[in-house]
Amino acid sequence: MTEFEPVIGMEAHAELLTESKMFCGCSAEFGGSPNSRTCPVCLGLPGSLPVANKKAVEYVIRTALALNCRISELSIFHRKNYFYPDLPKDYQISQYGETPIGVGGWIDITVNGETKRIRIRRVHLEEDTGKLIHSGGDESLIDYNRSGVPLMEVVSEPDIRSAEEAREYLVRLRAILTYLGVNDGKMEEGSLRCEPNISLRPKGTEKFGTPTELKNLNSFRAVYRGLDYEINRQQEILQEGGKIVHETRRWDDTRGVTAVMRGKEFEQEYRYFPEPDLVPMEFSPEFVEEQRAALPELPEDKKHRFVKEYDLPAYDAEVLTNTRAFADFYEETVKVYQEPKTVSNWMMGDFSRLLNAAGIEIAESTVKPADLAGLLKMIADGTISGKIAKTVFEEMFGTGAPPQQIVEKKGLTQITSEAELYPVIDQVISENPKIVQDFLGGNEKPFGFLVGQVMRYTKGRANPQAVNRLLRERLASVIHK
Amino acid sequence: MRPRCGMSISWSRKSSRRSASAFVLREVGLELNTVTAHELHDMLISRKVSAREITQATLDRISGVDDKVKAYVTVTADLAMEAATAVDQRIGRTGEIGPLAGIPVAIKDNMCTAGTPTTCSSKILRDFVPPYDATVVERVASAGAVMVGKTNLDEFAMGSSTENSGLFVTHNPWDLTKVPGGSSGGSAAAVAADEAILALGSDTGGSIRQPASFCGVVGLKPTYGRVSRYGLVAFASSLDQIGPITKDVTDAALLLQVVSGKDPLDSTSVDLPVPDYVAGLRKDVRGLKMGVPKEFFAQGVEPEISNAVMQAVELLQGLGAEYKEISMPIMEYTLPTYYILAPAEASSNLARYDGVRYGHRSAHTPDAITMLMKTRDEGFGAEVKQRIMIGTYALSAGYYDAYYLKAQKVRTLVRQAYDEAFEEFDVLVSPTSPTVAFGIGERVDDPLQMKLADVCTIPINMAGIPAISLTCGFHEDLPIGLQIMGKPFDEETILRVAYTFEQNTDYRTRKPAL
Repeated sequence: MTEFEPVIGMEAHAELLTESKMFCGCSAEFGGSPNSRTCPVCLGLPGSLPVANKKAVEYVIRTALALNCRISELSIFHRKNYFYPDLPKDYQISQYGETPIGVGGWIDITVNGETKRIRIRRVHLEEDTGKLIHSGGDESLIDYNRSGVPLMEVVSEPDIRSAEEAREYLVRLRAILTYLGVNDGKMEEGSLRCEPNISLRPKGTEKFGTPTELKNLNSFRAVYRGLDYEINRQQEILQEGGKIVHETRRWDDTRGVTAVMRGKEFEQEYRYFPEPDLVPMEFSPEFVEEQRAALPELPEDKKHRFVKEYDLPAYDAEVLTNTRAFADFYEETVKVYQEPKTVSNWMMGDFSRLLNAAGIEIAESTVKPADLAGLLKMIADGTISGKIAKTVFEEMFGTGAPPQQIVEKKGLTQITSEAELYPVIDQVISENPKIVQDFLGGNEKPFGFLVGQVMRYTKGRANPQAVNRLLRERLASVIHK
Repeated sequence: MRPRCGMSISWSRKSSRRSASAFVLREVGLELNTVTAHELHDMLISRKVSAREITQATLDRISGVDDKVKAYVTVTADLAMEAATAVDQRIGRTGEIGPLAGIPVAIKDNMCTAGTPTTCSSKILRDFVPPYDATVVERVASAGAVMVGKTNLDEFAMGSSTENSGLFVTHNPWDLTKVPGGSSGGSAAAVAADEAILALGSDTGGSIRQPASFCGVVGLKPTYGRVSRYGLVAFASSLDQIGPITKDVTDAALLLQVVSGKDPLDSTSVDLPVPDYVAGLRKDVRGLKMGVPKEFFAQGVEPEISNAVMQAVELLQGLGAEYKEISMPIMEYTLPTYYILAPAEASSNLARYDGVRYGHRSAHTPDAITMLMKTRDEGFGAEVKQRIMIGTYALSAGYYDAYYLKAQKVRTLVRQAYDEAFEEFDVLVSPTSPTVAFGIGERVDDPLQMKLADVCTIPINMAGIPAISLTCGFHEDLPIGLQIMGKPFDEETILRVAYTFEQNTDYRTRKPAL
């Protein structure tokens, strides 16, 4: 049976976090009552003219630089002409052809411990459309609040070879975008959207197969599952000697399948031509260098620094640096509690688990770095046990209260004093004469059971080391009796 | 308050004002609506007349002759009287007003006016009332000029006779059986018929200069980028430019002064200082070098036109200028090139008239796409449809390189030809139009002949340079236009040459008998 290789190229659209829209002064903020954030320009009224948003252009340049692209010295806008009610001018101002703002970059991804370079073809700037609302019945409504919001498109070369690589590429891209502060990375809300095109070819051959394009991939998981499904679907068709239809398919996350949205056999005629209402953008080397100087530390650099500075495993460093907020939280915590690996374990473990379960970003969490550090310090100095700490952290996560307060209020401090522990230990010994005899007969195994009993009576507050030590002492004295 | 659009004209008649106006008329000895802006300004500051009287005289003239001329789509009589009253109050308070304050101005109906319909003389925009003012409209209003109405044009400024108006045809005040030219035919006819003191037109391929020529008034197309296009309903964005249509050169300088300059709302407007155009008006062409490109005297230019233009050139020579005949062979290709580029841009600019947000919407709406197609079918006239189709074709994949791209290359060559010519000459001189005004209906079935009316004006838009048209003679009692072309952003020189010619001739004293 022929073995097939997937060939995937990724188009990603990122709404830019500018205050105003791409070509007018209207607010670009998400939401607002329908059509409240509009003006003659973004409604495409007769006579209105676009004026390019300088901030948006700078954001695209910075992104392009972060993606190792070359910046075109001269970049122009084009009109992409098509009729659709959500497109007020019935053309979209976009960038076509040879001179997008950024050309020819790359992102390095690591999958299964192997690093691979995915080339970036272009990074360009365009405007978003309005939103059609099908209210049911025979009417449709249109909200133009999103019309004209700056949209950046990042197009990769078809270098991606698996669903996993695709997901990893997007994780890295999203990390870069959020580090730059140009996009909020919210795939669920659609402010970062990706549309992979995928084809299969017999392994070892060069020629691309017929591709399909996937839409409605609203999470990393959806990207992985959607592509995985599509790879299998195409493979089955090809193995049975069938043909792939060039079409756009929509991922149905609930049903876990892709379905045809529209055919692409007939190339849409967009009649691109240079936008005469906007003047060409010229970027001097000085301007580009200014933008480069304005770049923050990027995920890749931060990752390497974390490995070096905090002596972390590469995997930890990568996970911690996936978002700038996560990395910043980590560094803030380590500043207060200088055990980098312990902090890393907590952030990658309990903290991530709770964030995922709540479906929120770290920035939305009420836990503060100083509080996490405080909690870890309480474990280190024996105030609370590691096990109790987990409960305390859950409460911190839920209420935002500092750990000291929770521990105090609930009386969760660790019991280490002999005076408090001896009575409990004695009780456990007297309640379990058989097991004690067994242990004294030379069997080490039941010792754990006895420790567990002590922990149970102290509701987990007993210091395990102390219990260990005192229990052995007491058992030894039983022999001597 | 809101004037209705369309052919019905609404204004308030106040008999007391009429008699006041008649009083001034006796005292000054002329009708206020026939006077130039700069002369009216002197009368206003010396308090010989009031802005209300000037405006009333103009509105009276409109009510008297516009049913014959049909220059106006909308007359904004009430708004005009309000604006005039405000100017009078300002004169009363401070005694100080700008040169355009209280001067009636007509606006071509493709420039947006907040609260007043802006139809583009198209059925598709017949009911469109913009929520905002075009930058030029705002600038003339803040200069205190009094908008008296919106003037007729060829639908979306596509045409050379105003016969393509989707609303009605405008008549040439010199001969009502003739066209006023186009597309700014309403503006030119209004100024020529003294239904306005000043007017704004727009010029994509000659739409200010050719009607100015046909109507015997002054028309100036500024350098591309000199005047903001914000609020001008786009025909061909890279060629459109707004400019003045006036009774004399001084008024053209005054109006250009007010509308010129960088506008942050128009990226293509240029941030260059605006010179004092009126101060630059001198009767002096000594040492001026004029080029006379022979290509502008070919292609169907009538001998009477050529003669009149050459006589004008010789007059200027007599006044101290030098001239030389030159050749600009590339001009042969400008007309076909223009008819690729302008329709290409128009096909995209006019896409937004889809019935979704404003303007006409077809009653036939089983689904969105049918609604869109029916709306456009019902709303656009034949000329507009033809140009949209030509433009759509020229931009299509597979034809783009052969048409649009090639046309852009020719355009570059046209620019280069002008650059070269302007290394040697200060101005170039030609006829504005190959003929005088032709008869209404005469060319409607001959599109090529119709388009040849713009053969002398189109190259100027392709190059983006400024040019002015003014009367240099009459043929069969119809005005002949002299076109003076200048270097980019050197409106001063073409105004000076035009002024010198005007002050040494008396063509401007001749008025149409209406």
